[in-house]
Formats: sequence, structure tokens, C-alpha cells
Amino acid sequence: MPAIAAMSTRNAWLALWAACISISAAAAGGDWPMVAKDYANTRYSELGEISVANAANLKLAFTFSTGVLRGHEAAPLVVDSVMYIVTPYPNYLYALDLSKPGAPPKWKYEPKPLAFAQGMACCDVVNRGVAYANGRIFMNTLDNHTVAVDAKTGKELWRTRLGDVALGESMTMAPLVVKDKVLVGNSGGEFGVRGWLAALDATSGKIVWRAYSTGPDNEALIGQEFRPFYSQDQGKDLGVSSWPPEAWRIGGGAVWGFVSYDEKLNLIYYGTSNPSPWNPEQRPGDNKWTSGIFARNPDTGAARWFYQTSPHDLHDYDGINENVLFDLPTAGGSRPALIHPDRNGYLYVVDRATGEVISALPYAHITTSHGVDIASGRLQYAQDKEPKAGKVIRTICPSSSGGKDWQPSAYSPKTGWLYLSIQNLCQDMEATKANYIAGTPFVGSEQKMYTGPGGNRGEFAAWEPVEGRKKWSIPEKFPVWSGALVTAGDVVFYGTMEGWFKAVDARTGALLWRFKTGSGIVGQPISYLGPDGKQYVAVLSGVGGWAGSVVSAGIDTRDSTAALGFANAMRDLPSETGMGGMLYVFALP
Amino acid sequence: MKHRMRALAWACAVALTLCACKREQRAFEQSPSPTELALKSGISLPSSTPTAKPSGSYEETAYAIAQGKQLFNWFNCSGCHSHGGGGIGPPLMDDKWIYGHEPGEIFATIVEGRPNGMPSFRGRLDDSQVWQLVAYVRSMSALVRRDAIAGRDDGIQKGKPEQRRSRAEPQNSSEAPAQ
Repeated sequence: MPAIAAMSTRNAWLALWAACISISAAAAGGDWPMVAKDYANTRYSELGEISVANAANLKLAFTFSTGVLRGHEAAPLVVDSVMYIVTPYPNYLYALDLSKPGAPPKWKYEPKPLAFAQGMACCDVVNRGVAYANGRIFMNTLDNHTVAVDAKTGKELWRTRLGDVALGESMTMAPLVVKDKVLVGNSGGEFGVRGWLAALDATSGKIVWRAYSTGPDNEALIGQEFRPFYSQDQGKDLGVSSWPPEAWRIGGGAVWGFVSYDEKLNLIYYGTSNPSPWNPEQRPGDNKWTSGIFARNPDTGAARWFYQTSPHDLHDYDGINENVLFDLPTAGGSRPALIHPDRNGYLYVVDRATGEVISALPYAHITTSHGVDIASGRLQYAQDKEPKAGKVIRTICPSSSGGKDWQPSAYSPKTGWLYLSIQNLCQDMEATKANYIAGTPFVGSEQKMYTGPGGNRGEFAAWEPVEGRKKWSIPEKFPVWSGALVTAGDVVFYGTMEGWFKAVDARTGALLWRFKTGSGIVGQPISYLGPDGKQYVAVLSGVGGWAGSVVSAGIDTRDSTAALGFANAMRDLPSETGMGGMLYVFALP
Repeated sequence: MKHRMRALAWACAVALTLCACKREQRAFEQSPSPTELALKSGISLPSSTPTAKPSGSYEETAYAIAQGKQLFNWFNCSGCHSHGGGGIGPPLMDDKWIYGHEPGEIFATIVEGRPNGMPSFRGRLDDSQVWQLVAYVRSMSALVRRDAIAGRDDGIQKGKPEQRRSRAEPQNSSEAPAQ
């Protein structure tokens, strides 16, 4: 008896100690409470234990197998000494107890999405992460449900159906919680869905508002508050009149990227996807409000401004890439801005209060346009690269996957630079007639991608957003399909499709350390302070996504047009890596 | 001798031509299958039963296979399966068959759909169109009469045309394993 009593006293002390540590960890920003770390979407960790000087000593701390073998694009979350990970379909949600050795699972939640939804995921059955707020985890399932789960017990609290698999809709994005609302959007720009972003009440799961990306103003929540900067975005019901009759009903503009939030301006920012179908000849007009950036009031959904990065998108350049909020230094002080590296190859710096483009400079090799006219905000298309039916247009750069796809960049307030994953791919493309059949692809385009100039298919780079130039660049054999992480220790982390997890010097790009994981990395690395007071770095390894579907979906690369043309550029990936689904966590010894 | 050679050559040419006729043979009157009758009468059939016997004539006719290829694009099959290499759906040019490679099995897959994402095309195509599709799908891995398979592609080059692919012997076929 005395021995047991002594044990429990000791355990109680340990628990108290752990609680104190975790409170201080949270206070110091040691948690990673949302996929992008903060509302500004910086993916910057204030932790500095791992530094340029000691990163070479990083060691594997623990691993966890997710039991799923498709593309793992999610970021783990860490809140109060618990790590939450969501897997690709069937969307398992795990809670790992970081306070115990080896971080064993605390609970597992299975939302059991419809198997049929797998046929509606254009680019692998991925999920990009979950959100945490007030003791709840919010997640999206591939079959269009948003679910709230009790973070302590793993019990489902509510579940709301938001879309219809039969219409080709799916959900893959990571929700963002703003005040009492959970913001979620749909995927399906390759199926002729009508895109939207919705706000759900975090307590009840009821839909508070839904803003469509096409159609009449009242359904796009465009009203009195809407003050777009450029004249081409001003007018009534442009979401109808910039389309052929009724085409906006199946016009895409899905919302499958990341949402950021400015508390001071009370505005959320997100991108809208490509218009449907890809074949531009079937949808003359600017196709609003697709392939652009929306700023909205999170309380009502009312639009404040919109800027279209690719009007009448010709090449599936989409507009969903992340918007990283930062303050642009100016002569008189600073200006609230956002950085948006678009798939069309330009890195935009936009005034986030007004939607005015401050600069738009190429960060990738571009043949499809001649630049962005700053006065009008319009992308200047190269007419000879416009897809046509019955004609193969060659050397379209960047390819449809863009200079950069969804994989999010990181911004360090210390260096003032953006760290981004880049693809160096071009493609040949031929428009074909797309027929709309609900629940089947609505694309109308054949393409095959190949390596761009230089011979490397990927690149990881640091970008200085004030002058607008690359500070350093690391060529990579394959497209870099992982997100980026930057820390106060001036260490930048990213993963490659071969499976290398790398740490590089934020100022020089010099390789500090690398570790070969079991499968290619397409996830989002994070960093957190463990209950033991040590800094950890975590990443999911499991190749897949559009670029990695050659492996995860068993594509036959004898067909160059397979996987929407990505197969042609990734023929050698299966000989470099295999399928996987594993969490890797690292720390200093 | 010379005459005999010439005669032989002629005989061969005539024989070849006659053989080739079949590849171009088109059946204009197809008797309606149970599925077609059911569709017309509005009665639904029990699912997952191949409704008719595989029809050899489709697989032996260049016209049917070419029609199947066109339908494969028009009905967005290519949106998921690409031109055999797959994407959202599995590849169709290889030797792996999830739901079977027999014509009747492929017919059922198209008409009924499959639970992991293959939609049902019931009511969108008539039976002869489904058989044309079946014939084309099987031609992607050269499982049908070779001289009836499409020899060229229109549009962007996608790889070897179907006719130049080597036959991919289906794995896990329903036949009894070799002893």
C-alpha cells in the first residue's frame, strides 16, 4: 500500500509539472493550433532551440503509422500536449498523447465517409488538416461533411452535410475557426461543381452563411460592402454576366485552399479555384469569381474586395494558393499586405485592405503571359499559348499544376523572406469538347507535362517580397510538393517527393541536415514545444496528391495524359519511392 | 514457276482481303438485351448480374471498337481513366482488373457502377453502346482481335496507340489456376 500511495503522489506531481509546462508552452507559442500556425498563415515557429548551429544533430524522436497509404498532405496540430492527425480517405482522426513516452494514441475517430466519394477526388483522396478551438476538433470528410469532435474523448459532437457527391463535390481543405465560426469550402473544379465557402456555427454545426464563387450577387454575398479595387470587378451580377448563359451553375470556383484572417480589419482571405471546364472555348468571358482572391467579413460572409489573378483562366491556373499576411515596409511606415504566390507563376503582393496589387513578379518560368499590368491589374496573356480545340499548343509554362500548387509557403518575420516550394514543369495541351454529366469529370483538355528549362522538376527558394527577388534557390529533382516551415532558429524545413526531410539555413539555403523517410513527403511540417520543454519538428510522410498519384493511385505511365497529364512528368517516381503513411517527429538529443 | 508464284500471291491477297472483311462487318439489327428491355419498361434488374452474354461481334469489329473509343471520351470515361493510364479511376491498359476483365463483368461495371467511385451509366447509354465501350476497354490492353483495334490516335500524342500495345494477360482471371 505505501508503495502505491507513493507512486500516485509522484504521478500527481508529474501531472502538475506537465500541466505547468504545457501552459507555459502554449503561452510561448509552443503549440501548433491551426494548420498554418497562425491566422496570418506564416507557418513561423517562435521556437529557437533548434538552430543553424545544432540542426545537424537532429534525431528521430518517435514515429506513428496512420494505417493509410494515400497522399498525406495534412499538417499535424499540437494543443495542450496532444497531437492531432487526419489521414487521407477514410479520414481517420488520431489524438496522440505527447506526455507519454513514444506518444501512444489517446483515441481514434473514424468518420466513415462514403467509399463512392473516392471517385470525386480529382487529385488523390487527400485531406489537408483539421482545426482546433475550445476543446473541439473540426474536420472535413471526403464525402462533404464537416464534423466536430470532442478533443478530450474523440466523440463526435455534431456533423453537417454540406455538399453532394453525386454532383462531383468533395471536401479536402483544412477548416479555419474564426470567432464562433468554422469556415469550410468544397473541392471539385474538375467536376463542374459550383464553388463556395461556408461558415458553420462552432457550437451547433448550423450553416450561418454560404458564399458562392459564381452566380448572382445575392448568392455570392456581394452587396453594399463590396469595394473591389479594379473597374473590371465593379458592376452588378458579374458572376452571371461574365459567363455564357447558365454556365455559372457548373462553373467551378471551388474553395479548397487555406483561409487566412486579419483580426484588425476583420477580413478573411481565400482563393477560388479554376473555372469549369478547363477548355476555355466553352466559357467565353472573365468567369467571375473564379481563379482569384476574395476578402470577406467573417461575421456575415459579405465580400469586401475581389481580385482575379487569372481572368478567363486558360490553363487551370486556379487561384487557391495561400495568402500570407504581412506588413510591407514603406517609406512612411508599413502597409497591410498579403503575399500570394499564384499558380500562374507570379508572386503577388496585394494591399489586403483594398485589394490593390502592389507588385506581381515572376517566380517561375512563364511562357503563357507577358506580365501583370499594375494599372489595370490584368494578367497579359500570350495569345499563342491559348488552348484551342483540335490543336496541340506546346510549351505552356508553367504547367496546369502551376509554378507552385497548394503546398503552402512559410514567412519569417526575422528574415522578412518567404520560403516556397516551386515546380518547374511545362506542358503540351489540347482542348477537347467537355460534356457535363453530373458526378463525372468536366475538364475538356488533354495535356502532358514535362520538365521545364534547367532539367530540375522542382525547386525550393527564399523570396524577398519588398524588392521582389529570389535570395537563394535549391534545385530538386522532383516537384517540391510539401509545405514549408521556418523557425526562430533560422532553420527552414521541407520535404521532397523521394522522401528526404531537409533542414536548411534560412539565410543561405545551405543544407544543415536531412533524413530519409519511408515514403515521399507531400505534407506540411510543423514545430512545437513538447511537454518535456524540448522543441520538436513533425511531418507526415506518404507520397500522393496530384504529383504523387503516379505512386499512390498506381498510374500506368505508358499513357502520357494519365492523372491529368502529370504522369508524363513523373515516370521515374515509382522507382524512387513507394506508398506510405507515417508520422515522423524529430528533436535534438 | 513464275506463274505459280503469282497465283499464290493472288490467292493470299484474296484470302487476306476476305478475312479483313469481317473486321469491318457491322451489325445493324441488334436484338434488345434484357437491360434494354428493362430500361424501356422501367423495370429495374437485380444489380451486379451481367445481363447478357458477351457479344463477340463487337470485339471483332473495328467500327464497334472505334465507336467505343469515341464514347469513352464523350461520356467522360477518359476524365477518370485517362487514355488507359488512369487518374481518378484505375488504369485500364494494364493486367489488373478489380471487378473482372470478362466482357460481361465490364458491362456490369459500366451499367451498375462500383462502390469505390465508379458511377452508374444506366440509362445514359443503350446496350449496344455499352458493348462498344466494353470492346474498346478490352482493346486498351489488346484483349480483343488485334486487327480490329484502333491503329492511330487523333489529337495529342498519348503513347503507343492501342494496336501497338502488347496483350496484357489479365491477372486473377476467373479461369482455374494452372496445376
